[in-house]
Amino acid sequence: MKRILTGASVLALLASGAIAASTSLTLGDQLEPPHLDPTAGAAGAIDTVVYINIYEGLTEFAADGSVIPALAKSWDISEDGLTYTFHLQSGVKFHDGSDMTASDVVWSLNRARAEDSVNAQKTLFENIADVTATDDTTVVVTLSTPTGNFLFNMAWGDAVVLNEGDDVEALKTAPNGTGAFTFTNWVQGDSITMSRNEAYWGEAAKLESVTIKYISDPTAAFNAVMAGDVDAFPTFPAPENLPQFEADPRFTVIVGSTEGETILSTNNKMPPFDNPLVREALAHAIDRNAIIDGAMFGYGTPIGTHFAPHNPAYMDLTAQSNYDPELARTLLAEAGFPDGFTTTMKLPPPSYARRGGEIIAAQLREVGIETEVTNLEWGQWLEEVFKGKDFGLTIVSHTEPMDIGVYANPEYYFQYDSAAFQALMDDLNGATDPAKRTEILQAAQQMISDDYVNGYLFQLAKTGVANANIRGLWENAPTQGSNLAEAYWVD
Amino acid sequence: MKRAFKMPGFSIGFIMAFTFTAAALVSFFWTPFGTDGVDIVNKLHTPDGTNWFGTDHLGRDIFSMIMVGARTSIAVAVVAVGIGVLLGVPLGLAAAARKGSLLDEFIMRGNDLVFAFPALLIAILITAVFGPSAINAIIAIGIFNIPVFARLTRAGALSLWTRDFVLAARVSGKSRVRISFEHILPNITNLLIVQGTIQFSLGILAEAALSYIGLGAQPPIPSWGRMLADSQTMVSFAPHLALFPGLAIVLTVLGLNLMGDALRDLFDPKLRRDRQ
Repeated sequence: MKRILTGASVLALLASGAIAASTSLTLGDQLEPPHLDPTAGAAGAIDTVVYINIYEGLTEFAADGSVIPALAKSWDISEDGLTYTFHLQSGVKFHDGSDMTASDVVWSLNRARAEDSVNAQKTLFENIADVTATDDTTVVVTLSTPTGNFLFNMAWGDAVVLNEGDDVEALKTAPNGTGAFTFTNWVQGDSITMSRNEAYWGEAAKLESVTIKYISDPTAAFNAVMAGDVDAFPTFPAPENLPQFEADPRFTVIVGSTEGETILSTNNKMPPFDNPLVREALAHAIDRNAIIDGAMFGYGTPIGTHFAPHNPAYMDLTAQSNYDPELARTLLAEAGFPDGFTTTMKLPPPSYARRGGEIIAAQLREVGIETEVTNLEWGQWLEEVFKGKDFGLTIVSHTEPMDIGVYANPEYYFQYDSAAFQALMDDLNGATDPAKRTEILQAAQQMISDDYVNGYLFQLAKTGVANANIRGLWENAPTQGSNLAEAYWVD
Repeated sequence: MKRAFKMPGFSIGFIMAFTFTAAALVSFFWTPFGTDGVDIVNKLHTPDGTNWFGTDHLGRDIFSMIMVGARTSIAVAVVAVGIGVLLGVPLGLAAAARKGSLLDEFIMRGNDLVFAFPALLIAILITAVFGPSAINAIIAIGIFNIPVFARLTRAGALSLWTRDFVLAARVSGKSRVRISFEHILPNITNLLIVQGTIQFSLGILAEAALSYIGLGAQPPIPSWGRMLADSQTMVSFAPHLALFPGLAIVLTVLGLNLMGDALRDLFDPKLRRDRQ
């Protein structure tokens, strides 16, 4: 009797498992977010979970990177480009049941741009002079100067709309947004679960629930996908394993683009890198294709400047820093280092940095530059390199979209200080005409390439793997998060 | 020494350990290929006539890397055991010479304190504070070796202090320090050699473990532990990447342990009598 019962319960489990498989999705990711408030932290892992899925902004990014309406269904822009009137969707409710009104938008934007704001991207809001609600569904934003990419700025995860008066500390572990998924549970160190928002104002999510499991070790990630513990790993950490997934009919490999410009960051204030000739020599000493092949197993697009190749304004400047060790040696001699020199290279954990570092160290040794390589964990890297600026060289992928503007900040960790570039960025902020913007962006790309600010390596590819029966996962990563409401299973 | 080679365990162990020591020494003058350059075009070759152990994910010759890696392993282990012997043995002798005194208590409780921490934890602590490097790995493993040798020396020395020849030396007016070094130490050398061999193999294992988690020798210095760590995601399609450094670690440690066991048997009077 006991055996029969056990058999029956196993059958029941199997049956429920089969049903659950078609309505729930388990994703794998490498980095767990520190908390879940996208308006109070720079970690991309926060956006991966909450952006669009739980929190929405006035505008948002579509899968192709274009900016589309979200909580604002439409907007009017005044002739002088200074006044934006946003018309909000009506009938939108936060997950706790309260109505989303214009005053929530005003509160959220004012909080983000306040003096004591904890927002990680305060520059997105710096041109806002005033935000007012004229009625429950209309918000008027007045800018201090014309800002060509204001709608783009509002699409960032850092600009999402929060419920006015919510306890922002509590939101860090229990987000309350307007998105198609509601937050369900966070098992720290293991997983985050969200469920379909049945009261969603737009088209409801196709899945009933989504779980994101955190697996930091690449080998464990490989095993989890192979064993079916996770249904998809949108950003799989070990590109060398992709051919195995490709050969397996159970999986599809999704290769797309990201906004991640992977660069050999150079400390522009530290001798000898304060000498442009040395930086130029560095650029010619590096063989990009060897790095893409060796570190990324061929996934990645070479870049010659800090700009994403899929952007229409991109210029291919790779020829300007082509691989030419002979020229690099000549330039070094010209700069006063005929016998080379020794510097430090501090590498964060991702394989593009660790393997890329070994390859670059070998390539630099060819032209006489010795590097002392130190492998750091992310915490140490942020402390020593990003905040402390105590480094000669480092390798990191800049995954924020359209982030060429960071070169205008002389305090940024690679410390590029060029008045001409800063003026160019001021022009860009004032330009609303698309043709004019493209022209300025291209001048900016050319300028940092001419100055050899950093070694430009490649655009990070988004290498994901998923169960072959899943549809609707984003192929590209135009921002750090993605819309999971579009994902569904087929039989 | 001749007697030792008659024991099969010792001979086999000696051959294994000697092979790797020889490889490490030869690597100073010659390796089939360089290990500090990369050659992406020739990555992940399986073993063949040119690359005897194949090439790794950056196109480096694995045979050459094993040779140079042996150097790293042996250097770290030798220096770490050296630290243990140089500091631990005098401490143990001093504690035994003043048995029951405050000094004895101080030294032995200090040893207990270091012993209470797992060796790898100390190593991780040190490298986390001072940054990862081969030098810090050596210091970390060396510190762990001190109490091992101090305890062994004290135990061995204590039994000798009650012997007649030591009594005779004391009566003739020799100082405790002189007795320790002239009469005690020579009589416990056997013990130290056996323990040294075992600590040496543990040192190699510890270095591999530290390098595996990224706290040992930093690139481009080849290290068996890091080679294993690098190969981890590629084991399923390029097993030779993990096989050779793994074998190198196993064979060296096994060889040293066989030698240590055989030496212990040889030096232990009780076992020697049984054999006769």
